[in-house]
Amino acid sequence: MAHADVKLDALGLFCPMPIILTAKKIKELAVGQVLEVISDDEGIKKDMPAWCQTTEHELVGFEEELIASKQAYKAFVRKK
Amino acid sequence: MTTEVAPSITLAQLHESKPDRVTIVVLSGDLDRVMASFIIATGAAAMGMPVTMFFTFWGLNAIRRKGATSSARDWLRRMFGLLNKGGAGQLPLSRFHFGGIGTKMMHRVMKQNRMPGVPELLHTAQDLGVQFIACTTTMGLMGITKDTLIDGVDQLAGVSTYLAEAKQGQVNLFI
Repeated sequence: MAHADVKLDALGLFCPMPIILTAKKIKELAVGQVLEVISDDEGIKKDMPAWCQTTEHELVGFEEELIASKQAYKAFVRKK
Repeated sequence: MTTEVAPSITLAQLHESKPDRVTIVVLSGDLDRVMASFIIATGAAAMGMPVTMFFTFWGLNAIRRKGATSSARDWLRRMFGLLNKGGAGQLPLSRFHFGGIGTKMMHRVMKQNRMPGVPELLHTAQDLGVQFIACTTTMGLMGITKDTLIDGVDQLAGVSTYLAEAKQGQVNLFI
């Protein structure tokens, strides 16, 4: 399991909210810190890599797991 | 009465702007289409792209204040302003509006699923620095005056302003 400095809970939120919250939250981090975004929106699987590519932050890990018997995704983003 | 026109963007501003600009012409005032516009706009802004939304015709309804009455001079346009209801929370669905019942049901489903509505998306867009431009020509045509628009409409402008922005846009949409 990847290490995270800050966690962002985006469970239950649809596109574009997880990405918007991520963009806002990452501003609070110091360069090099890792943000963990937890979402159950399946679109995040494609959206988070795309967001990282455009914003030039680094996607250091991506995990899938069941949270409250629902498929959820954890993305780990290192601030550049 | 003359409508005050905000100064158009300076050349310097255009020069320093990044090439990956997004512009969206919002012509439609339908809930679904306006929602799609704002989702793209907020998404692009979250990706660090400068976004300009150009509101024209029915799209102007999304940036009108709810219940604000038109102060157009002639009765025809005043009537038009009254009949053509504005307000981000008042937009009808393009299909299944059913005199308001369908749209009301859609609002309920969205709320149950914690989906942001148009007013919330609009607020988020402003928060993220999305630029709003209102088209002066259609405002005049439809009896919509500046005082009936929401706060934070950056400019009242015309086609040249839009084209100057769109020329630098990598993504230019018409919705």
